[in-house]
Amino acid sequence: MISVHVHCFAGARDLTGWSEREIPLPDGANTADLLAALIGAHPSLAAWKAFLRLAVNAEYAGPATALRDGDAVAVIPPVSGG
Amino acid sequence: MIEIVHTPIDVEAVLESVRDPGAGALDLFLGTTRNQTKGRSVLWLEYEAYEPMARGLMERIAREAGERWGITKISIVHRIGRVAVGETSVAIAVSSAHRNEAFLACRYAIDDLKKNVPIWKKEVFADGGHWVGMEGSGPGVSD
Repeated sequence: MISVHVHCFAGARDLTGWSEREIPLPDGANTADLLAALIGAHPSLAAWKAFLRLAVNAEYAGPATALRDGDAVAVIPPVSGG
Repeated sequence: MIEIVHTPIDVEAVLESVRDPGAGALDLFLGTTRNQTKGRSVLWLEYEAYEPMARGLMERIAREAGERWGITKISIVHRIGRVAVGETSVAIAVSSAHRNEAFLACRYAIDDLKKNVPIWKKEVFADGGHWVGMEGSGPGVSD
């Protein structure tokens, strides 16, 4: 097992109801596995799946980016700065 | 000057930070908060950022603008927290030898910032609020 530190921002935080949490994942898990786990725990995220981006250690990550124990993952809903 | 600030932006300081004897043009873009959206009155805006990543992407935008248009200097400052209607939420200043490069680089910087930098804006109304881009219960669903 590995554990990643997940940080939900803005609208993603409103949907999950939490800001930061440690999430355990099986060895070899990637960002798609994490997103699936989050949607499983918080079904209201499902409608926004195509619009959520994940960042691993503060860099945007693709849908099959391998995760390592201790990684910091940010759940990034549609951005609206400016 | 690449900064995320929690207090009002000193626009004059942003502009002065790019002034340079080699520059013949200074371009300044200010994003300001509107008092209404789709006919609803906005009381104030609430901005949030994933700060280390946002700063890193703002630095990348500045670097890319420099490489692409050969500008002299660029500053990008975004304010977060509560921003009152009419105040400045973002300031971008660019200097270059000639005006065209300054305009183009400034346009590129604000467009890329709005598309990619992890900063979020919540519009607050008398009866609640919503994160811009996540109105309703799903994409295209209004409630």
